[in-house]
Amino acid sequence: MLDKAIIGGSRKYWTWIGFLLVLAGIGTINYIQQFQYGLGLTGLSRDVTWGFYIAQFTFLVGVAASAVMLVIPYYLHNFKKYGKIVILGEFLAVSAVTMCILFIFVDLGQPMRVMNVVLNPTPGSVMFWDMVVLSGYLTLNIVIGWTTLGAERKGVPAPKWVKPLIYLSIPWAVSIHTVTAFLYAGVPGRHLWLTAIMAARFLASAFAAGPALLIILSMIVRKVSKFDPGKDAIQALGKTVAYAMSANVFFFLLEVFTAFYSGIPSHQHSLVYLFAGLDGYSKLVPWMWSAAILAFVSLFLLIYPGLREKENILSVACVTVFISTWIDKGMGLVVGGFIPNMFERVTEYSPSLPEVLITIGIWAIGFLVLTVLYKVAIAVREEEIA
Amino acid sequence: MSMDRRDFLRIIGLSTVAGGIGGAGLLELRKGTAEAGSAAHGRKKGSGTTLAMVIDVRKLESPDQYKRCIDACHKAHNVPDFGNPKDEIKWIWPDDFEHSFPGAGHEYVAEEVEKKQFLLLCNQCEKPACVRVCPTQATFKRASDGIVMMDYHRCIGCRFCMAACPFGARSFNWRDPRGAANLQNPANLNPKFPTRMKGVVEKCNFCAERLREGLEPACVEACKDTKAIVFGNLDDPKSEVREMLRTHYTIQRKPELGTNPRVFYVIGG
Amino acid sequence: MNDKGKIIAGLIIFVGIFTFPFISNMGKASAVPEPLLNTPVIQQMPVKQCVETKEYMRANHMQMLNEWRDMLLRDGIKTYKSNSNGKEYVISLQNTCLNCHSNKKDFCDTCHKYLAVHPYCWDCHFGPKEAGV
Repeated sequence: MLDKAIIGGSRKYWTWIGFLLVLAGIGTINYIQQFQYGLGLTGLSRDVTWGFYIAQFTFLVGVAASAVMLVIPYYLHNFKKYGKIVILGEFLAVSAVTMCILFIFVDLGQPMRVMNVVLNPTPGSVMFWDMVVLSGYLTLNIVIGWTTLGAERKGVPAPKWVKPLIYLSIPWAVSIHTVTAFLYAGVPGRHLWLTAIMAARFLASAFAAGPALLIILSMIVRKVSKFDPGKDAIQALGKTVAYAMSANVFFFLLEVFTAFYSGIPSHQHSLVYLFAGLDGYSKLVPWMWSAAILAFVSLFLLIYPGLREKENILSVACVTVFISTWIDKGMGLVVGGFIPNMFERVTEYSPSLPEVLITIGIWAIGFLVLTVLYKVAIAVREEEIA
Repeated sequence: MSMDRRDFLRIIGLSTVAGGIGGAGLLELRKGTAEAGSAAHGRKKGSGTTLAMVIDVRKLESPDQYKRCIDACHKAHNVPDFGNPKDEIKWIWPDDFEHSFPGAGHEYVAEEVEKKQFLLLCNQCEKPACVRVCPTQATFKRASDGIVMMDYHRCIGCRFCMAACPFGARSFNWRDPRGAANLQNPANLNPKFPTRMKGVVEKCNFCAERLREGLEPACVEACKDTKAIVFGNLDDPKSEVREMLRTHYTIQRKPELGTNPRVFYVIGG
Repeated sequence: MNDKGKIIAGLIIFVGIFTFPFISNMGKASAVPEPLLNTPVIQQMPVKQCVETKEYMRANHMQMLNEWRDMLLRDGIKTYKSNSNGKEYVISLQNTCLNCHSNKKDFCDTCHKYLAVHPYCWDCHFGPKEAGV
């Protein structure tokens, strides 16, 4: 079916692919430089050892996990309205996990040794399990998506063995994001991260950001092709985003309460740095407040049905949700955990230019994968409509 | 039974892959090279040798004194000095009371304690968080002497250990260490100890390479006139470190986190 | 067959690219490497013996070094008992192996260059007499 991504593409399609390839190329060139010089080309330092790359990884694992918000209603509860959109969710998961893997790869100091994790399995290490669950989830979604789409194209029901895989993908999606949350929540010295609800926060923001992106993508698909994922599906997803974002904001406010009502200074310092600045350092303050404002704006637009049901308002709400969670779960969470450092001092971080270009390159590769997979899905659907 | 060509090819393909993976896996298991990780958890307390250090900061009075310890260590291990905080690598360094023991002080700490400089290094914890999180066991607690070691060949540079260490003891090679200014002069190099490569994490190793030749750690030797740093085996009740611990009030950094550091400080009195 | 011209042209280009390494190296076979053992330390040895036999080393020195690393680093074992001569050697690339074989260019590099092997040992470990950069 991959031929469908090459044949029959319009001029706009190839221009888009070309644009993504250029961005990916620029990213690749910058990565080669980073590979040769070392990670010193980034803005990272002894105190802030994870930054922009891991921020993207953390955010995108959530987007990948969000496919489960389509799979559960459709496959477990027979919610027929999601029939046409599930494949888009699964392919989005494939694209997101691919980006996650690439972001980890470019963040490693010795990426050529990545197989050491497989050769020396360490069940006591959360990162080992992260590699296991992410690889498994990628495989699951490729197999499930491709097989169901292929069967649909042939006009036959999907083979029986896909069903157990689909059921497996449900807890597996939850696991990938829980394991990623455990990377942060199990580390003893970093007070911003040492919270029991880290996994819950991760899942809530994932189920807000992922479906929000999917809604935007569905609207785009509807515009550029004859395939319409369905107004009802988009509306149902919109409700998912509303509930998930509400939970996400609520959980964050819970963190704020515990930190400030308990009065424990070490608990507060990271949040103070993020929202007010600490010792005169305040680079992230405008970003965090933007994320906060966008979050409340999005809730306002999402909670009132009168607003949510208008698709152009819903699309604005989804964009604000996406940007807000990207800031707060990405840079806010990851960089905030390292500030102040273990000596209660502040070393700030901002990504360097090569770091940003590599990041854009990887996003471009992710969108390339997404475009190709969506083109295949659209082509199959358009054949059916014809 | 009849089978069409597609099914036949599918079965052959899957069998080859399964056989290949299964065979390779069996070979690895037989060779014993597939290890599961339990490096940190197998040590029993008092099992023979647990190396530890007591730093008596009352005896580190002037900057020269602790600078000597730092220089001895960094020279012995070819630690690069890039001259900028972003690329900084340090195995042992000084800091004041408020920043060495955050949360342990208050507004009325005696001036003499407040101004004291403490020597900070890897605590070689009994239950190291860094070892727990390493996905390849590139860092591990050695059973024979309790040192938290680094295997620079296995490290993939993920820096999870740096996120996990509550003491900020680890440094990362953001660039090739041999590019550092201080390592350009051959007189500054210790040819008996390798430099490291870009992309791996490093930290104090309790001078494992010196211990194996019967020498003391470089920092201990550098201040042996004052005996500011006492080093020895915690499992030996007659050792100097046990004597220090018995006769002085000693504290650890961040004891509430449960990592149980093996570096102790005598701060006053 | 309207595409005959394109196909033949494509085939010629493919064959050309594929055989280029062979063609460009025709008649330029390198001599079989002969690593030299005439370092001062080896010349002063009464019995010229390596940790293991030449054949074993030629086939296995990298595996042995990996074993050495795990023995020393992970298990704290400081010496290695040779299978061929029963002697105990201190486990150290730098101070045991390179102590005798202190001529990297005429020893290590001869075979490595011939076989296009690029070990990165020297990024960290000091090549003999190259303590410096």
